[in-house]
Order: sequence, then structure tokens, then C-alpha cells
Amino acid sequence: MTAHLTIPKTYKLYIGGAFPRSESGRTYEVATRSGAFLANAAKASRKDARDAVVAARAAQSGWAGATAYNRGQVLYRIAELLEGRRAQFVDELRSAGGVTEAAAQREVDAAIDVWVWYAGWADKYLQVTGNGNAVSGPYFNISTPEPTGVVAAIAPQDAAAWGGGLLGLVSVIAPVLVSGNTLVVVASESTPLPAISLAEVLATSDVPGGVVNILTGSPAEIAPWLASHADVNALDLTGAEGMDWIDLQIAAADTLKRVLPPESGIPTPSLDRVQFYTETKTVWHPKGIV
Amino acid sequence: MTIEQSVALAPAARAIQLIGTDLTEKSLKLHLDGLSGVDAVGLEARAAGLATRSIKTTSKAWALDTIIRLIDLTTLEGADTPGKVQSLVAKAMNPDPSDPTTPRVAAVCVYGDMVADAVAALGSAHAAGGPTGINVAAVATAFPSGRASLAVKLADTRDAVAAGADEIDMVIDRGAFLSGRYGVVFEQIVAVKEACRRDDGSMAHLKVILETGELNTYDNVRKASWLAILAGADFIKTSTGKVQPAATLPVTLLMLQVVNDWNRLTGEKIGVKPAGGIRSSKDAIRYLVTVAETVGEEWLHPHLFRFGASSLLNDVLLQRQKLKTGHYSGPDYVTID
Repeated sequence: MTAHLTIPKTYKLYIGGAFPRSESGRTYEVATRSGAFLANAAKASRKDARDAVVAARAAQSGWAGATAYNRGQVLYRIAELLEGRRAQFVDELRSAGGVTEAAAQREVDAAIDVWVWYAGWADKYLQVTGNGNAVSGPYFNISTPEPTGVVAAIAPQDAAAWGGGLLGLVSVIAPVLVSGNTLVVVASESTPLPAISLAEVLATSDVPGGVVNILTGSPAEIAPWLASHADVNALDLTGAEGMDWIDLQIAAADTLKRVLPPESGIPTPSLDRVQFYTETKTVWHPKGIV
Repeated sequence: MTIEQSVALAPAARAIQLIGTDLTEKSLKLHLDGLSGVDAVGLEARAAGLATRSIKTTSKAWALDTIIRLIDLTTLEGADTPGKVQSLVAKAMNPDPSDPTTPRVAAVCVYGDMVADAVAALGSAHAAGGPTGINVAAVATAFPSGRASLAVKLADTRDAVAAGADEIDMVIDRGAFLSGRYGVVFEQIVAVKEACRRDDGSMAHLKVILETGELNTYDNVRKASWLAILAGADFIKTSTGKVQPAATLPVTLLMLQVVNDWNRLTGEKIGVKPAGGIRSSKDAIRYLVTVAETVGEEWLHPHLFRFGASSLLNDVLLQRQKLKTGHYSGPDYVTID
């Protein structure tokens, strides 16, 4: 037998549970940190972003309608799958992110930990962030957080400064999903490969198609379209530090989106992030009337 | 009824002109069976080729407005209420309340018993066949199956016309057509056409639904199109929307080709209405391209081409808003159907 022929992988987008090429047909070259060619990734256009929002909107009511316990189980299942693909992620982080084996191991561990941490909140955040209000009248008055809808997010971009790109992505995706939002996320432009591998994990997990949609390409090109899109309810600018994000905020304000401002580095897991993508619903319920 | 039987058919001017006064089941069948077969591969390749055109900016803006003008805004549900018809009419008159430059649709299409509600809701905006305003189209003849006696079909049609319908969408008897009894289909269309006559002698426009999803072959679609035109159809319409597949681009292309042939033969212009399954602006623009390339842009007017649709309008409005504002719009910014 002749020597093994390397089969390079074709990296595509993840929209509505499928892996389409960019509608524009464009790709861009992904290089290792030392500059060597690594792979071609799809370069998403504004129309891919539009299609992703349509898919996210279609999936939103179903995902939000699942019981909190069920969402927690589905999210936990992703952590199981991440664990099973540990070697692949470590390998990708090493080649694409240029980190050492030990650092890559640590990042995958941290990403799985973050995921499990958020999965646990799915059936608990409601009790912690909701409350019964004291009112002067014969009513139960209860405020509960409800998912805000479709969230567009820019994942942390500068993977070179903080790891290989997986942890930042996971730290942005997981908190959005906890309460029942759906998501369109623009992966790190320089290190998109862990994002597509994560999409493969999501596609084989129990997450319904359209709940998470992952675009690769230029955030500077795609983000304005997501920020001004009237069918997006919240904008997470975590990874937009290096971009002209004031304009994105202004565009988002036109349709009254919630905007999470840029953050330096990888966001630490926090309940605040879960709560940020919720809207409070207050219900008055009569009591003691016979 | 077998081929050998010679049954005199109801008089129909077009058929007599083409086939002669000796209009029988046999002569009709000979004529239709004499039509050349359809090159299915070529037809589908042509339709696919027409679907690849890229329409941008000003052309797209024109196309979107044209699509709205060509829409028969439709509600054909068992659960239709007068309130639903009123909201449909309100949407037909003012499709996008945020933009008064949005054109109106061509017609609203309802069940026969809802015609009076639609006419009342339209008020002075009712075109009544005139050049401005909105027409009321009614489906009739035991829509969508067409499985009823001719007497019932005619009564259905007369009721709708009497209630003020300007256009009648009838279904052909597919059972008779598929068993080769073209004469029965022909006679029914002629009779329904006659039932479209109003008291003052004017006629409601007749659209004949072929229900191409049940005709199985392109050859049958071509035959049924000829048959409907010979019997006096003003429009030929693909589908009821209740059967899958409904309108497809190849079938519509084929019907347009028949219309084109008829125009070259007689100079008469017949309308075409694809209905059912056209939900996106992108799809609708493909139909516009197909019409312009097959019979000419002259057909892109409400009296010669219509879209039977309900959800299409919202998608066109979203695209229109995108062109106007420069950013993507969402379903919260159009009215629900």
C-alpha cells in the first residue's frame, strides 16, 4: 500500500442544523500561528447571517418551550460529547492556536467545565433570579425571567492572546442557551476551526437544529447586519473589542436590542450572563378571594 | 363514454373556430391527443435555467412592487370567518401600513360564501372588474375536489357571481380528465363559463384550475391547458393549493408556452395563475422572469398574470422594507395573515 494520503477537511458554516457553504461561495485561508496554511474556511456573507437568523427564529419557540430540566439535560449531553472528542479539540487547538499540548488540554478541560456549569443553571436560574414581590393587595405578585429571543454574538476574536479559541466560544454560547434563547454566533476569524468542530458536536447532540448557528468569516463584515437586523433581540459584543462597536450599539438601538458590551479576554462564567439574555415578566395572581 | 360515441357538445366559440362545427367527444380527443408530447428534461432544464437569473437593486424593487400588484391574496380555510376576511381585505388594501407607497394587490380570493363579506369590507375599493381597485375572486364548483354534480357546481358559481364576485376560480373534473372523458371536462367548463354571466350580460372572469399535481404528466398538463382554453377560460391556474405538489416552475412554464402558442394562433391573450407553494420573493421573481422570457413583459399585468398566495405577501413586504431601510426586517414588522 502506498503512503497515506492526507484528507484535508472542508470547513463549512452551521445554519439550521445543516452545514452549508457560504451563499456567496467565498472561502478564506486559515493559517497556524506561525503562518503556515491550515485549512480553507467558509467566509459568511450578510445573506448567510440573514438565513441564520431565520433558522434561529424558527427554532426559538421550541427551545424555549422545552422544560428547564430538559434543556439542562441537552446542554449536559454536549459536555459529554465534548469529552468524547477531547483528542480532536486538543489537536486543533495545538495546530491552529499554536498552544502547547498541556495548555490545549487545560483549555478543553476549562471549556467542558464552563459548559457543565451553565448546564446546571438551566433548571435553577429561575428560582435564583425570579422573585415573589410584596404588594399591598390580595395578590401573588411574581417576577420571572423569560428568554429574550434570538441573540447575535461575536465570539472572542484574539485567540492568540488567550488560548486556542474554544473556551472563548463556549463561554459566549452556553449562557445564551440556558434560558431558552437561540443564537447566531460569529466565530473567531483567525481561529475558526474549533468553532466548526463544536458545530459537529452540536449537530450530533440533542440540540435542535437552528438553536445554535455558527458563522465563520469577517465579524467586521457580518456584525453590522446582525446589529441592525430587526428580528434579532439581543447583541453580545463580547469579542468586538477591536471593532467599531459604538456604531454597532447605535444600529442595535434602532430596534431596542439588549447589548452586552465588549469584554477584554474570555468572559468568566457568571449568572449575570444568563440573566442578561432574559426579560422579566411580572404576573399578578389573585389570592384569598372566595 | 368511449371514443366512438359522438356526443354533441355545448357550443364554445373557440373550439368551434379551431376544430370546426363538428364538435364531438371524438374530434376533441383527436385534437388533444394530436398535441406533441412535452420534452420533460428540456422543460425542467429550461425552468432551472430561468431560475438562475440574479435580479438586483432597482430591478428588484420593480419586481417586488410588480409581485404585490399581481397577488390574489387568498384565504381558503374551513375556519374562515367574516372577521378573517375583513382583516384579509384590510391587508389587501394597505399591505404595509408603515409605507403608503406600497401598491395594492390585484384581488382577494375567498370561498363563495365569503364573497359578500369581502365585497362589504372593500367598499369603494372594490374594483368590480374595473381598472383600479381590488377584485373579489371566489373559488367555486365544489372546490377543491370538484366532486359534485354539475347542477351543484353551477349553483355554487351563480351564487358567488350574484354575491358580487368578479372572478371565478373553478376546478376541472380531474377524474373525468384522467379517464379520457375530455368532453365531460369541456362541457363543464363551458357550462360554468355560462354561469359566470351576470344579469346585465357581462361576465365574471373565469380561471380554470387544472390541479396539475393530480395530472401526473406534463403531457396531461399541456392537454388540460388546451382543453381549458378551448372551452373558454380567461385564465388557466395551476393548483388549488390543497394538493402537493402545487405550482412548480416547470409546470407554469409549460402553461405559459401553451398560452403563447394560443396567442400566436389566434392573437387572443390568456392569463396564467400559479397558485400554492410560492412563499418567498425569490421564488416569485423566478416566475416573473419566466413570464417575461416566455410570453413577454406584456403579461406582467394583473389581467394576464396572478400569483395565488397568502404568505408570499409578507415575505415581499420584508424584502421591500430591507431595500428601503438598508437593514433586514423581521416578521414583527408585518401583519400576521
